Amino acid sequence: MDLTINHFLTVSAILFTIGVVGIFVNRKNIIVILMAIELILLSVNINLVAFSVYSGTISGQIFAMLVLTVAAAEAAVGLAILVVYFRNRGDIAVESVDLMKG
Amino acid sequence: MELIAFYIFAAIVTVSALAVIMAKNPVHSVLWLILTFFTAAGLFVLIGAEFIAMLLVVVYVGAVAVLFLFVVMMLDVDFVELKQGTLRYWPFAGLIGLAFIAEIALASFAREGGSTATFDASPGADTNAEAIGQVMYTDYFLLFQLAGLILLVAMIGAIVLTLRERPGVKRQNIAKQTSRRRDDAIEKVAVEPGRGI
Repeated sequence: MDLTINHFLTVSAILFTIGVVGIFVNRKNIIVILMAIELILLSVNINLVAFSVYSGTISGQIFAMLVLTVAAAEAAVGLAILVVYFRNRGDIAVESVDLMKG
Repeated sequence: MELIAFYIFAAIVTVSALAVIMAKNPVHSVLWLILTFFTAAGLFVLIGAEFIAMLLVVVYVGAVAVLFLFVVMMLDVDFVELKQGTLRYWPFAGLIGLAFIAEIALASFAREGGSTATFDASPGADTNAEAIGQVMYTDYFLLFQLAGLILLVAMIGAIVLTLRERPGVKRQNIAKQTSRRRDDAIEKVAVEPGRGI
């Protein structure tokens, strides 16, 4: 049996599910939520690269690079917001983000 | 041989991704995340997409994971307290995870098995990087520039968010330094003998 696209799609699906479950499980810890989002983006990348290779077109790998760029930018801005929030409040509890309900 | 390597990598990816979301200490989470990305890079090498694999190692392991590590270690947070009460989220999260897996399994079993007919990681070129370079700077030039713009905006945003002016910190003010005149700094005092200033 050869290595087929279904192998990679299965790994990607498992990784995506782990990421989604991670967001729900670590609802209090925003750092782990950000890491779970990185896992989800990684699974998207695996999907894109697998489809790209198995269809013989390079476009998917270009899109994977763009996803990588967005993921890096998102991590940087998200962590910056986290640092500012910690400076203002002294903790990173997600429940109290809506303290000033508008 | 390829299949064995794939199963090893896939098992490591799954286990380390689970460890990311289940670790008690976020520092351990970051370290597991690094292992996940490294192993995913191994999967990409296995499929022939070497360039993306190296990019994953450089960008994620080299930059993003270190950024996470910095922030986790900088914030003085009681992580034990953060971890409390997560047990009651598990049934709900498990339900959603099961729904996801079931849907994906249904979709993939409804479809016939994939083919390897057009397997080619670097179409129209000898190496993977060459194949990417041939289209990235021509067909996808605008997207490439847009990616650079996104990075620029993210960089400026992160700096603007975290920069703060603290009172009482001494730092160099070049305009103030160069506009300083001799009369502001030096004072002539006629000292009387035996009295001092």
